Amino acid sequence: MIVTPQTQHFAEPLVLKSGAVLPAYDLVYETYGQLNAGRSNAVLVCHALNASHHVAGLHADANGDPVARSEGWWDNMIGPGKPLDTSRFFVIAVNNLGSCFGSTGPTHTNPATGQPWGADFPVVTVEDWVNAQARLLDLLNVQVLAAVMGGSLGGMQTLSWTLQYPDRVRHAVVIASAPNLTAENIAFNEVARRAIVTDPDFCEGHYLREGTLPRRGLRIARMIGHITYLSDDVMNAKFGRSLRARDDTEAVQAAELAYRYTTQDVEFQIESYLRYQGDKFSEYFDANTYLLITRALDYFDPAREHDGVLSDALARAKAKFLLISFTTDWRFSPARSREIVKALLENRCDVSYAEIDAPHGHDAFLLDDPRYLEAVRAYFEQTVAQEVAA
Amino acid sequence: MSEQSVIESIARLVPKGSRVLDLGCGDGALMAYLQHHRRCSGYGVEIDDSKVLACVKRGVNVLQLNLEDGLAVFEEGSFDVVLQIDTLQHLRNAETMLRETARVGRSGVVAFPNFAHWPNRLAVLQGHMPVTKRLPYQWFDTPNIRVGTHADFITLAGNCGLRIEDSFGLHEGREVRTLPNLMASTAVFRFTTNNL
Repeated sequence: MIVTPQTQHFAEPLVLKSGAVLPAYDLVYETYGQLNAGRSNAVLVCHALNASHHVAGLHADANGDPVARSEGWWDNMIGPGKPLDTSRFFVIAVNNLGSCFGSTGPTHTNPATGQPWGADFPVVTVEDWVNAQARLLDLLNVQVLAAVMGGSLGGMQTLSWTLQYPDRVRHAVVIASAPNLTAENIAFNEVARRAIVTDPDFCEGHYLREGTLPRRGLRIARMIGHITYLSDDVMNAKFGRSLRARDDTEAVQAAELAYRYTTQDVEFQIESYLRYQGDKFSEYFDANTYLLITRALDYFDPAREHDGVLSDALARAKAKFLLISFTTDWRFSPARSREIVKALLENRCDVSYAEIDAPHGHDAFLLDDPRYLEAVRAYFEQTVAQEVAA
Repeated sequence: MSEQSVIESIARLVPKGSRVLDLGCGDGALMAYLQHHRRCSGYGVEIDDSKVLACVKRGVNVLQLNLEDGLAVFEEGSFDVVLQIDTLQHLRNAETMLRETARVGRSGVVAFPNFAHWPNRLAVLQGHMPVTKRLPYQWFDTPNIRVGTHADFITLAGNCGLRIEDSFGLHEGREVRTLPNLMASTAVFRFTTNNL
């Protein structure tokens, strides 16, 4: 499946939750499959922290040939014949405002100054993203979504959709998510943000203007994030306490079984892996975007306006829900999903909940666990599809 | 125990249009029947992955929870009927579960294998744990960690504050109303709770 990202310009200003106004903006999005005649088969997929609009399929080069390894980040979930079957559903994936993957964000030019927005890009919230997505759907002539689906931060957007636009969502599929972040979650985000803003190359967020990049900070931010997405068991199984091989020849490897008693160099495999992940990330991700998105995570809390009572907040929801969590996910633990389930039960909403006993931690929502993928498939085939046809 | 006749006979005990919680709902066949034939709504609770999937495939609301952890996600008196069909015998905390049933439901239906059914008594008299169609497991390899009788449940129900409205036996798809403790392989109870 070859896909081409599209860009939609919005000239009408968007008032953000903070009160700031984004005068005009672009949203980059991709669609998969066909909208049916009744316009009833559209599914919106919301992206998580470091992802984008490219959820499925391959991009093509100038000759129209598929670009190798350009699969979307949820390609195991979305496509023809896949759990979210694009031969049946019209799938829309939007890149959020503030992103560094196309939609208007800190790397773009601030019309007021002619310089990159940098740190001046307004703080965006989950609710702002949902509002922007809703405007795009208006233009695509999709009034009611068969479903909204997302994992992690995408799950929060999904939940928010059911509250901001209750009449526009038939089904909500919320995966490995939470009704808000715990203090521990916010603490991890804060460490990541401090790593970035204390990088001497951060230049108070105006590094593009200054011709620098806060790569060191971004690397550390990513290393912290990465640790929290995995489980202890998976890290142990994958790396254990193995030392990093410094040479391929056996004789050298044998000699290197001993510690080198260094505090600066890489000694363990896990260090090597985290540094590699951090380096890779710092090459393609924008630091201001990382700050904005982690802040959007911190701020999300639909119960806040209801004295902290989640069931009161969810009273607006009209959608039917599927929630999925993973037992080893300690960043967005099953207990957090059960809080949402409980609040939905108190509102007598239709809800199903699967708690998948998978070893992979938070990352499990991106991986190929057949119980997980089959649950999503069954839900779309039986429950969502029924109303699409009706 | 998901044969059609059993489903129908249990379903008759559930008033039309009621809000139902089915604890240990298995593949969701009973919930699906109640939704389609008796306009009921509600949720099944199940722990087994494949059965949870079967429920989703039937379009039954299912919650993957461990009943041993209690029913904390459910509000007091939030269901008209709580079902425990062939569930109680698998639970370590059977009494807690009945008390939780009394908390979240206004009434309940419980069914479980009746250990006092005469072939079982005969087997024990002969010095062996019974292995029958209804209790097909060897004593050392059985998921049924609680074996009780029709008569025993009446005592437990009293302790948990349940008021038994009806009780009978089920055997090979038929209701047994004469000497159910002796004559039926399955014990069935319909009761109300203090939440009424």
